[in-house]
Amino acid sequence: MSANLPEQISNYLSRFTVGIAGCGGLGSNCAVALARCGVGKLIIADFDIVTSRNLNRQYYFHDQIGRLKVHALRENILRINPGVTVKAFDMKLCVSDVVELFAGCDVIVEAFDKAEMKHMIIETVHLQLPGKYLVTGIGMAGWGNSDLIHCRNSGKLIVCGDEVSEVSDTLPVLAPRVGVVANMQANEVLSILLKDFKPEAGDVTNH
Amino acid sequence: MKPAMKIMLNNREETFEAVQMTISELLAAKNFTFKMLVVKVNAELVRRHEYDKKVVNEGDDVMVLHLITGG
Repeated sequence: MSANLPEQISNYLSRFTVGIAGCGGLGSNCAVALARCGVGKLIIADFDIVTSRNLNRQYYFHDQIGRLKVHALRENILRINPGVTVKAFDMKLCVSDVVELFAGCDVIVEAFDKAEMKHMIIETVHLQLPGKYLVTGIGMAGWGNSDLIHCRNSGKLIVCGDEVSEVSDTLPVLAPRVGVVANMQANEVLSILLKDFKPEAGDVTNH
Repeated sequence: MKPAMKIMLNNREETFEAVQMTISELLAAKNFTFKMLVVKVNAELVRRHEYDKKVVNEGDDVMVLHLITGG
């Protein structure tokens, strides 16, 4: 009897590596979604520590305040799916780090906070890792306006978000909207990784 | 008839009264004044120092992405 479809998908995804650049609201939620689906290896990078103000949207727990995000996230991922290999890098990524850490990834997820960093990774991947898929999250501050959140692509650059809602003193980033965009990024990663996936024919006579 | 070109700009068809224009001219015509931009023409990245040289022609597919903080 063949494995059921979610198991088949998980088995298939176990061969892939996804890089996650930033472990805040986008990165932590996206990484967890990918781990639940069974992506085999996640390379996560961030320099920050968990604070109480992160808990309104990021995939951390109150008892993890003060810990490095990459260590806390690795722990949370492994509690969900111990079969995932998590490589955690405690560092603020620069151009050469992006190339070095993510060159072996099938897909890279841009999950930075700052616009400058988003710009850096988009340019770096286009110029130094051409042909690599990059899934970015752009515009998710505030609440409501679910219908503004969309996804579009240009070549292997995929953009998820509303592209207009910038974080500010009057427009915070909150769990629902950042979660929508983070999971949309994970969904785009799956559509890339599963494009050649063929479910095994089920054996209808022998259950 | 005035010369014109049709391009796809951010997935929408747009017509301009010129047979071609540079990225700088296109950004000015659309009043895209943001500082932090990514521009792609037919999926090729165009860097800032190329904005005055890179020409957009009839039928081109142009992405202008405004990068904003939040994540």
